[in-house]
Amino acid sequence: MSLLSVRSLRVTYGGIEAVRGIDLDVAEGELVALIGANGAGKTTTLKALSGMVRPAGGRVTYKGIDVTGMASHHLIRQGIALVPEGRGVFARLTVEENLAMGAYTRNDPPGVSADLDRVFELFPRLSERRAQVAGTLSGGEQQMLAIGRAMMSRPRLMLLDEPSMGLAPLMVQKIFEVIQSISAQGVTILLVEQNALLALEAANRGYVMESGAITMEDAASALLESPQVREAYLGQ
Amino acid sequence: MSDTDTSFLKSRPAVWAGVALMAAALVVLPFALATVGTAWVRVTNLAILFVLLSLGLNIVVGFAGLLDLGYIAFYGVGAYAYALLASPHFGLHLPFWIILPIGAMLACVFGILLGAPTLKLRGDYLAIVTLGFGEIVRIFLNNLSQPVNITNGPQGISLIDPFRLGSFSFRDNQTFLGLTASGPIKYYYLLLVVLIAVVIVNIRLQDSRIGRAWVAIREDEVAAQAMGINTRNVKLLAFAMGASFGGIAGGIFAAIQGFISPESFVLVQSIMILSMVVLGGMGNIFGVILGAVLLSFVPEILRYTVQPVQTTLFGRVLIDPEVIRMLLFGLALVLMMRYRPAGLWPSKTRRREFAPRNGREGR
Repeated sequence: MSLLSVRSLRVTYGGIEAVRGIDLDVAEGELVALIGANGAGKTTTLKALSGMVRPAGGRVTYKGIDVTGMASHHLIRQGIALVPEGRGVFARLTVEENLAMGAYTRNDPPGVSADLDRVFELFPRLSERRAQVAGTLSGGEQQMLAIGRAMMSRPRLMLLDEPSMGLAPLMVQKIFEVIQSISAQGVTILLVEQNALLALEAANRGYVMESGAITMEDAASALLESPQVREAYLGQ
Repeated sequence: MSDTDTSFLKSRPAVWAGVALMAAALVVLPFALATVGTAWVRVTNLAILFVLLSLGLNIVVGFAGLLDLGYIAFYGVGAYAYALLASPHFGLHLPFWIILPIGAMLACVFGILLGAPTLKLRGDYLAIVTLGFGEIVRIFLNNLSQPVNITNGPQGISLIDPFRLGSFSFRDNQTFLGLTASGPIKYYYLLLVVLIAVVIVNIRLQDSRIGRAWVAIREDEVAAQAMGINTRNVKLLAFAMGASFGGIAGGIFAAIQGFISPESFVLVQSIMILSMVVLGGMGNIFGVILGAVLLSFVPEILRYTVQPVQTTLFGRVLIDPEVIRMLLFGLALVLMMRYRPAGLWPSKTRRREFAPRNGREGR
C-alpha cells in the first residue's frame, strides 16, 4: 500500500486550472521524481500536498487517512515536511536558529538535539557555520539548510521543490548525493525538478507533468530510456 | 532565539547592585520630582503609560512584524470602557479591578476584529488598513452621541472615578510616616507595578513557543507555515495581546485624567507610539522602553527650556516655544534614523539586518 496516494487532484487559481486531475502514488521508502517544464503545475501540486493551497477537487490519502485540504500545520505533525521552492530560509536568523525552527512542532528536546547532531553530520558545512546568519550563506549552503531544517521535524515524507534551482553544477551534484542519503535513511521523498536527468538518475520512479496533467509514469530508468523524455527534457 | 538580550539579568553581583540601585532610584523618583513640581510627576506617569503602549505595540510590530498604524484605537477602547463604567455619564461606578479586565478583553476583541480581515496583508497594505481602523474607532467615539448618547461625542466624558480600594482613593493626598504622597505619586507606584508585570509578561512571551512563532512569521511567513506554525492564529494572537495591553493602559489613563475625549486618540498618537518603538529598537523590550521614555520626556523638557534659552541668548523670545519644540523634536528623529537606523538599542536580529554583509565566502 502506498504512503501517499493522490486521486484526480485539481488546483485552481482564480478560475485557471493549474493542476487538472492528477493521479500519483508514493510508496513507503520510495524516492519519486515529478519532472516537467516550467509552469507545468509541479510546484502547485506540492503546495496542495503540503497544505499551503487548498485543492479544488480530488482526494489525497496519507497513511490511509484522507488528508485532502488539511492545513500545513496539521500535516507537518503527521510527518509531511516541505522544502519550499527558492529555499525560504530565515535570512536574519542563524543556521542554528533556523534548524531550531524546523523542530517547532516537536516536544522532545533530547530527540531534537539528537536530530540536530544528525543534520550537522549530514552537512558538516552547516556545522562549521552554525552561528552564521543564514542570509550570508551561499545558495548551496542555504539549500542544505532548508533540507536540514525540514529534517528537524523528523519527517516520514519529504516534499522537495526544485532543490537544484539556481545552484552551481558542483553544488547540485552534492545536494543530490545528500537527497539520496536521506532516502537511504528511510525517508520517503517526492522530488519536483526541472533538471530531469539528475532527478531521474536519483529516483526509483518518475512522473512527467505537462500543462497540469500527468502524461507519463514509469520506473525512473525506463523514463530515462524513453524517446519522448529524452527529446523533451534531456535535449537528446 | 530571544531577541532581547536578557543574559545581563543573570548572576554577577555588580549587575545586581546596579539593578538594586535603579530600583531604589525608581522608588525615590516621584518624591524628587515633586520637589521640582507635581507637573513632572504627571509627566512621568504619562511616560509610563506610553511605555506600556509601546510594549503592547512592540508585540505586534516588533515581535510579529505587522505594521500597525491604528494602535491608539485600543487605548481609546480601554479608556472609554473605563469611563463609561465608572462615571456619572451612565451613573455606573464599578470598581477598577472589574473594569480593567473588561477593558482589556474589549480591546482584545477589537484586536481580533482588526486582525481577522487583514490576515493576508503585510507591510504598506496592512499599514493603510490599520490606519483606517484607528480613524473609524475615533470617528465612532466622536459621533456615538446620537441617536442614543453613548460616548457623549466630542465633549468627552468627565468626572471619571479614580481607582479606589475601599476607602483608599488614588486621587487624594495621603500622609504616611510623615511623607505626603499626592494623587499622582500614588498612581506612579501603581503604574510602576503594572509596568514591571507587563515587562515580565513580555520577556516570558518572547522566550516562549509563541515568541518563536512570531519571529518566524516576521522573518518569512511562507517558511513559517512550512515549519508547521498556524500563522493565522499566531498573527491573531499578536493583535489580540498587543491590543489588550493598550486597553489596560487606556483604563489607567482614564482614571488618572478623570476626563477623556476622542481628541486623545488621534492618528498622531499612533504615529508617536510607533516612533517610540522604532527609535528605541523594534523587537527589543528594553530598547522600546528607552525609546518611549525619551520621546515622552524630551518634548516636555524642551517645553520648559526653549523659552529661557532664547531669552538668555537673544534677550527675547524669537520663535514661539510650541513651534520650535516640535521642530527640534523632528530634527532629533531624523538624525536618529540617519545615524542609528536600527534604533538606539536594537534587537539582535535587527542589528544583523543593518550590519554590513560579510562572512560570505565561496560556494
